Amino acid sequence: MIEIVGLRKRFGAVTVLDGVDHQQAAGEVVALIGPSGCGKSTLLRCLNWLETPDAGSLRLGDVRIEAGTPEAADRRLRQRLRRRTGMIFQQFHLFPHRTALENVMEAPVYVDRLPHSEALALAMGLLAKVGLSDRAHHLPSQLSGGQQQRVAIARALAMNPRILLCDEPTSALDPELRDEVLTVLKTLASEGMTLLLVTHELAFARDIAHRVVFLEGGRVVESGPTRAVLDQPQHPRLQEFLGKHRFAPR
Amino acid sequence: MRRVQTLLLILLAWTAGVRTTAGAAPPSEPGIRQVLRWANDAEGGAPFIFHPPDNPDQLVGFEVELAQALCDRLGCTSQFVQYNWANLIPGLRQGGNYDIIIAALERTPENLAQVAMSRPYFTFGQQLVARTQDTNIQSLKDLAGRRIGVLASTLSYRLATRQPGLEVRVYDENVNYFRDLELGRIDAVLTDSPIATVQLKNRPNLRAAGPSFAPAHYAIAVPIGSPELLTRINETLGSLIQDGTLERIYRRYELWGPQQAALATWTAEAVATTTSGASTAATRPTPVPMLRYLTILLEAAVTTLWVSLTSMALAMSWGLGLALARCHGPKPLRWMATLYIEVFRGTPLLLQLYFIYFGLAQQWGWKLSAGAAAVLTLGLNYAANEAENFRAGLEAIPRGQTEAALALGLSPVMTLRRILLPQALRISLPGITNDLIALFKDSSIVSVIGLVELTKEFLIRSQDAGDYIGLGILTAAIYLAMGHAASRGARAIERRLRT
Repeated sequence: MIEIVGLRKRFGAVTVLDGVDHQQAAGEVVALIGPSGCGKSTLLRCLNWLETPDAGSLRLGDVRIEAGTPEAADRRLRQRLRRRTGMIFQQFHLFPHRTALENVMEAPVYVDRLPHSEALALAMGLLAKVGLSDRAHHLPSQLSGGQQQRVAIARALAMNPRILLCDEPTSALDPELRDEVLTVLKTLASEGMTLLLVTHELAFARDIAHRVVFLEGGRVVESGPTRAVLDQPQHPRLQEFLGKHRFAPR
Repeated sequence: MRRVQTLLLILLAWTAGVRTTAGAAPPSEPGIRQVLRWANDAEGGAPFIFHPPDNPDQLVGFEVELAQALCDRLGCTSQFVQYNWANLIPGLRQGGNYDIIIAALERTPENLAQVAMSRPYFTFGQQLVARTQDTNIQSLKDLAGRRIGVLASTLSYRLATRQPGLEVRVYDENVNYFRDLELGRIDAVLTDSPIATVQLKNRPNLRAAGPSFAPAHYAIAVPIGSPELLTRINETLGSLIQDGTLERIYRRYELWGPQQAALATWTAEAVATTTSGASTAATRPTPVPMLRYLTILLEAAVTTLWVSLTSMALAMSWGLGLALARCHGPKPLRWMATLYIEVFRGTPLLLQLYFIYFGLAQQWGWKLSAGAAAVLTLGLNYAANEAENFRAGLEAIPRGQTEAALALGLSPVMTLRRILLPQALRISLPGITNDLIALFKDSSIVSVIGLVELTKEFLIRSQDAGDYIGLGILTAAIYLAMGHAASRGARAIERRLRT
């Protein structure tokens, strides 16, 4: 489903991604971990071309892009890439001037050109799925952080993505609000959604991820099945990183 | 609504306070001092008062020389005071600025109700001026349904407005209407004969249409209640007429004729009776029909409203384009937008108005109507402000909004239209509302190209009625009502944009 080969990205003089390779099968859940600044968010944002990689190639399902080629500058190709992915942001980024329902309906109506009634049914179904049917007509400012993030998930799901990219989906939430978001993501994982999530909640990674990828200095330092990586880290940098997360339960 | 009422009450209380303090100090009679301060408006032009084109440092004209001769004979020093012509009489009534007015003031009952006036120093008639090829215009009657230009607060203005079927355009000074007549924006000008004589000399495509009519007189204005000054001026003026000094001055400006020679026949008694009638009229001011004035002012407010709203619509759409060019455009476009904003923000509105109304016509023959020029100027000028308002709004939106929209698959255009602009508008709206209210007031500038809007109508009517407080409060109330409606409307839009 996902195939990344030699992905590079520089911001000015700083190399953020220094040749990243990654494969992921459909239905697989992968957690990206690593110290801040290691490039994990940038990697995620390259997958839907919010950042333009400098070199390397990318395949999501049937869409393939080679960075730096003329085709990569084609807006339609980028559009197809975005149609394959949904993205969940740390800060939710709901549209503050639209209700929960309108947030979810936005893309079906204005990208897919779905008739209003169909989009409405779809959006209500998704809000029910994340447990927010009764909040459909609330503005984001009237919702708690956890509710906002669940609306954001429903909004991403409305475009029927193959892959869900989650950029620290629970970092901005109080502990008691985290669980409601984690529960929704777990349900999606159990339904076979391909998930690539950047997180530093190792407990959650352990709970949901099939595999863990440890990124440092723009490179994949270690990757493997969740328990193997978290319980028997091989690389000294990963050992050090996990040592700092003392509360990570075994 | 309650807020408006409170504001009006404060305004009323304030004006009442002003009135009592002003009434407490009776105007002292200015006798003949060492220096006699005489007022005129140098914008009046030839032959009254002007700077000769070949010597711009000098001030000449028959009124300048008359003032000089008068002061010489009175044995005092002449001091010229520059004052806006339309405000000369109120300025004299208020006192303190100057002692007398020598500025082509007509000896009419309207003026005599407000100031004392000397014996006439000049006889003039009304002259209709038309384009040379418009041979069928000979009198006011031939102008039914056509446009005529006149100077505000003059006999010409009163004659033109009294004639039914004319579309009267009111000007602030007497060069612009000749230019508009040449350009075809108006069909005729009604003006005092000496003005017509001078202006027709350099304008071969204009002609005097028919003979001059409605003879009247210019006289020197003196504050009411200063009989000593008035007597001395009348005596001195009489001696200047008798000994031929006046004739010598007028001949230098090619103004002497049998009409002026007849000035000598004015008797002191005739002058005395008319001036005394004036002072009684001034002590008992006629009550002002407020309801009638309210409708007149409301009609003028319609002009203010459509000029302001159309300009704002233009300013918002053009300003949005500029803001988008500045925030998202390629470099040359960004640079040009910045230059535009700096130029239009950094130069006076009046200058821009003259450039667009007269400059474009003169240079490229683009003869915009006064309304179009007003809307275009105000729109282009306010676009610079609105562009900055929109830019502030666009830049205040977190980058995450764009990313979320793009990640959902919205195109950049859709992202702008559906996500960024509604939020930016919500942020920019208070600034835009401020500008709209400022525009209601700023639009009064268009009176210089002959559009009578609310402030201009107030100036004309308050002068005619001699009432600044009553009409001033009416006018202020209309402005406040418009501003209040604008902020109410803005709040309704804010609610619809939510957040």
